[in-house]
Amino acid sequence: MSVNPVRNSNNVLNPAGIIIESNPVAEQGGIISNGVSVVSVRNLSFQYNSEEVLADVSFEIGKGDYVGLVGPNGSGKTTLIRNLFGLLRPSAGTVSLFGRSLLEFHEWHKVGYLSQKFMASYHHFPATVKEVVSMGLLSTKRFPKRMGSPDDAAVEKALARMDILDLKSRLIYELSGGQQQRVFIARTIVNEPELLILDEPTAAIDPETRERFFNILRDLHHQNQTTIILVTHDIGSVGTYASKMMYVDKRVIFYGTFEAFCQSVEMTSLFGSLSQHLICHRHG
Amino acid sequence: MEIIDFLSYGFIQRALITGFFIALLCSCLGFFLVLRRLSLIGDGLAHVTFGSVAVALFLKTFALYVSIPLVMISALGILRLIEKAKLHGDAAIGIVSSLGIAMGIFLASLAGGFNIDLFSYLFGNILAISQEEMVFSILLSGVVLLLVVFFYHDLLSTTFDEESAKTAGIKTRQINMILFLLTAVTVVLTMKAVGILLTSALLILPAVTSLQISKGFKASLLFSSLVGVLSVIGGIFISFGLNLPTGATIVLFNFCIFMAVFVWRRRHDRKRRFL
Repeated sequence: MSVNPVRNSNNVLNPAGIIIESNPVAEQGGIISNGVSVVSVRNLSFQYNSEEVLADVSFEIGKGDYVGLVGPNGSGKTTLIRNLFGLLRPSAGTVSLFGRSLLEFHEWHKVGYLSQKFMASYHHFPATVKEVVSMGLLSTKRFPKRMGSPDDAAVEKALARMDILDLKSRLIYELSGGQQQRVFIARTIVNEPELLILDEPTAAIDPETRERFFNILRDLHHQNQTTIILVTHDIGSVGTYASKMMYVDKRVIFYGTFEAFCQSVEMTSLFGSLSQHLICHRHG
Repeated sequence: MEIIDFLSYGFIQRALITGFFIALLCSCLGFFLVLRRLSLIGDGLAHVTFGSVAVALFLKTFALYVSIPLVMISALGILRLIEKAKLHGDAAIGIVSSLGIAMGIFLASLAGGFNIDLFSYLFGNILAISQEEMVFSILLSGVVLLLVVFFYHDLLSTTFDEESAKTAGIKTRQINMILFLLTAVTVVLTMKAVGILLTSALLILPAVTSLQISKGFKASLLFSSLVGVLSVIGGIFISFGLNLPTGATIVLFNFCIFMAVFVWRRRHDRKRRFL
């Protein structure tokens, strides 16, 4: 596999005070292993109350890529993800999904998104687990949206995959944080999307469920060539599965293949050798 | 008095039919509003209705013709304040609500002070509903209920998690607009039944009663509708039988149902804990 890391064109001062020099490859804007662009970001900047959160971010993610998106707290990872969906409007730059700019993009059934949410958000919301997972199928429906028996079967399949079929009729707010997270993962994968973006999906779940979740992602990635972007602090797990790594700290500081990431001296400076070993030593 | 005699009165028939539809509307929409923590939007828009009735009386026209567009514009104003000015829902509702009241007082004062007509809208009287108002209520209720049925899944998804709904391709802005506009129409229709001051009770009480024993979203929505209809129909019978003010009786009866369900659920939970 060719090693072709991409970094932001500007010199960057990392949190540890180490300057990572610019790399001319960054001018190319990204790497695609198979030529089919699923996500394309060009010169994206985002400001919040005149504070720069993201600056001149460019990258491309190709079909079948499994990208681990890492970076320190407050580095703009979630902001970047929210910009990909149009949940936030960039102050400059463009985002395209499946070759279409966000303004022209309507094929939302191809995209699955799991956001960071807190249990309290669903306090006393009277939806059953089945109703919540069914919401993941709405992107495949046209007006007037109706659910039928094939949808029930898809919901049950997703619940069975997450081993929570027995919770089908339970109310969402009655479940523990970990169980709720499994329900939301089931909702995200119920329509088997081509692009899956997951923001800290394993934050509230136990190690056994986390293992099961990563195995499901691996199956989707291998069997359906699902493109996956995984935002995580779980560096051990992301190292086991991701084919590419992206390090963001307001800018894309590193974007390249997993192997390039592991060989990168700059990443060793950023993470420290132990953390880098945790990421790069594939336990799976 | 025999029940047949009671039901033979034209004004009772009109009250029961109109009450049935209004109750369905309020309990249905109120359910979404309560879950979105916009319970007091009914109260806010009712205050705007007060102002709009003052405008109608000032212009000497049929109140609904003036109130419906004005209250719809105000509902969109609340939505705009939430989205664009980044205000919390309660603050946006508070602003528009005070504006409505101020406008009503201002116009009433210009017209030479408050008159009986304006006060009749404050307290409402479902027994005084005219044939024209009944037909108007049925038609609008039909439209509103159809829209709720057609957009049920989008409304549910947007209510549960607006961000995820957006990424599922649901046009959440339009769905929010639909919800706010339907609420505006419902509030205007409700003012004649229970009065401007008690409108929000019909939106909130059936929903919170239903949430006490929720068994799923659809089931809760249907139970909320049942509670709403039972409260209005029961309230009309009780008020007529005991010669009590109808709007207040409907609301008090609704509150009694809420308390009964609340106490039952508490006892049920306690029993389950000991088993």
